[in-house]
Amino acid sequence: MRSATTPSSPASLDPAGAVPSSWSHRHLLDLERLSGDEIRLLLDTAARFKEATGGCRRKLAVLTGRTIVNLFFENSTRTKTSFALAARRLGADVVDFSASGSSLSKGESFIDTAKNLEAMGIDAVVVRHSTPGTPHLLAQHLGVGVINAGDGPHEHPTQGLLDIFSIRERLGDLAGVTVGLVGDIAHSRTARSNIHGLLKLGARVIVCGPPTLVSPRWRELGVEVSHDLDAIVPVCDVLNLLRIQFERQNTRPFPSVREYAHLYAMTRERMQRARPGLLILAPGPINRGVEVTAEVADCPQSLILDQVANGLAVRMAVLWLVCGPRGAEEGAAASGHEGRQR
Amino acid sequence: MATLLVRGGRVIDPAQDIDRIADLRIVDGRIAGVGPAEAGAHRADETIDAAGMIVCPGLVDMHVHLREPGREEDETIASGTRAALAGGFTSVACIPNTEPPIDTQAAVEFIHQKAVRADTCNVFVVACVSRNREGKELADIGQLVEAGAVAFSDDGAPVSDAELMRRALEYCAMFGKPILAHEEVLELSRGGVMNEGLVSLLLGLGGMPAAAEEVMIGRDTALAVSTGGRLHVMHVSTAGGVALVRAAKARGVRVTAEACPHHFTLTDEALRTFDANCKMSPPLRTAADVEAIIAGLADGTIDCIATDHAPHAREKKMLELDRAPFGITGLETAVGLAVTRLVVPGHVGWPRLVEAMSTLPARILGLDRGTLRPGSPADVTIIDPDRTWTVDVAASHSKSVNCPFHGWSLTGRAVATIVAGRVKHRLAGF
Repeated sequence: MRSATTPSSPASLDPAGAVPSSWSHRHLLDLERLSGDEIRLLLDTAARFKEATGGCRRKLAVLTGRTIVNLFFENSTRTKTSFALAARRLGADVVDFSASGSSLSKGESFIDTAKNLEAMGIDAVVVRHSTPGTPHLLAQHLGVGVINAGDGPHEHPTQGLLDIFSIRERLGDLAGVTVGLVGDIAHSRTARSNIHGLLKLGARVIVCGPPTLVSPRWRELGVEVSHDLDAIVPVCDVLNLLRIQFERQNTRPFPSVREYAHLYAMTRERMQRARPGLLILAPGPINRGVEVTAEVADCPQSLILDQVANGLAVRMAVLWLVCGPRGAEEGAAASGHEGRQR
Repeated sequence: MATLLVRGGRVIDPAQDIDRIADLRIVDGRIAGVGPAEAGAHRADETIDAAGMIVCPGLVDMHVHLREPGREEDETIASGTRAALAGGFTSVACIPNTEPPIDTQAAVEFIHQKAVRADTCNVFVVACVSRNREGKELADIGQLVEAGAVAFSDDGAPVSDAELMRRALEYCAMFGKPILAHEEVLELSRGGVMNEGLVSLLLGLGGMPAAAEEVMIGRDTALAVSTGGRLHVMHVSTAGGVALVRAAKARGVRVTAEACPHHFTLTDEALRTFDANCKMSPPLRTAADVEAIIAGLADGTIDCIATDHAPHAREKKMLELDRAPFGITGLETAVGLAVTRLVVPGHVGWPRLVEAMSTLPARILGLDRGTLRPGSPADVTIIDPDRTWTVDVAASHSKSVNCPFHGWSLTGRAVATIVAGRVKHRLAGF
């Protein structure tokens, strides 16, 4: 068994101080282009915030006077609430902007909408959109920080971070940990952010589901691919059960929900063949009875509610790193990774 | 008698097997002859010194979207043909996916009139295969041929109904006109914005699999065999597509094919920027596909280079990737990309490039162009093979700037474009 480790906490991570110089990004767009060290910095910062706020319950005044806009072009309850709470815990003002009822329904482009918000003097935009790359385009057009809160099936970096944070809290260092991602990998932004984050931290990653949802091409990244949940359950330390994204599918990728659940739902029977201490994660909302039965979702090894609580810590860390006070070299070190390739 | 002398260039005319340093004489808008380069041998009203230049039959782009009528905010016949001249093209064939689509004699006549008024390059009309481009019943093909249509295409969309495609190939064979086919099985590419592959998997973007193109090329080459019709495969983008065309040609099927400069230049990696100017259909594919396209152009499997010039106003491309339309401009970058990507690395020699950009597209469309044979209309392009230049969309003659090559440094550029003996475009400094 691994023992939980205390995250390293160099003095530069003092939440009251400036953003450490090792964080050079103006935005958080995806985990694919972050380094392992940058992901560790994010996780360590989240741990510090969790501790400093007594488990995310108390407020800090590190972003007082900053304004953050929740720009959600797609429905969301928990992610939007989580970002709003995280921002308020850090003393920032939060404005919600949802697509319905706005000028977007009058035909304004999303870039114009965002530029209008920017002109009102905000510090960061938290954006969710159904199209991959939308946060990246905003980052090219806006002068403020952009945080990706989910761009279609591409990435959901804070979800990936909070999943990894929750695992790390229980198991410590991720190196050598085997994580199974089960379900609709094809349409899951959570899967992509988990895959990049876990690989960079040295974990072994297995994706599992029917071939219509799990491409063999994932092997090209060093991910293992399985279509047999029973085969991978005994070798995993963690199972992350992903929701079937019916809304993103052109044609049903499996014959019936019943057949899917038969092959890929995490049940009590399958739990019995697992390693003792197998951790269960599920990024909500869960479809009980499809990806996971109620018994498993509520079992002691389930981290589903830890994930929600840790989401606050991770989002505090992200907001602070993106729009917290910079040191002397402010701006100079801003990364160009969001820019055009040529 | 108006005479124009193009002196001392490397004259290349694959149709006559000419490739030598020579003078080209033009009299009254027609080619008078290619003679030995001699200082002061001929007196002419106008003389162009073409030493160090390639002098070839005017380039023909058989796949251009001029957008007029209906989408003049993107391009007009006047602006698109000015871009063609600047790119070295003396003739373009315009694709009929306009609003309304070009499926009547009146619509063909409209294009011809607009082209005359623009007084730029030659515009040849490709008309719709199906009435109103709906893919349901044949357009009045015979009457469209009478009006001057040179080929038929529902491009922008495939002819999805196999029976309609069969009838179109059969019927057009009577007139000797080719069907220009956009090869795509829509059910396979539905919801897609880019090539289906590792990059689309990572970006979470909807994929358009290579099979969507290959299945349709397979279907249409089979129909070409059974009907004896003339099939021209537009914008081949996949290695499998090249292989299918090669195999069909080896069996003697009446099939020709084109490839676009972006498909032998860029790969789907370009989508990592999420730039809508890298979104087109068929999409940018993989490095292996690029290699196969280049090999297909080199060995003649792919007959010609066409741009699929597809202008879209800036605001239409400033959208989320799935809402932005497919297509990029291409007229002004085609020569530079072809020289930089094909000639400079040695994949293709100059005579073959001229064949692919002039001789063969003219022959496929049945035009009396694409050669410097005496008596032919004097359409001539002069290319500086060594000129290095930087693509600047702000300097483009097209109304649209949806070009992924902005800022690129290219080698090779048309320096003069001569249409029917008149110098219609001359690059500053030449």
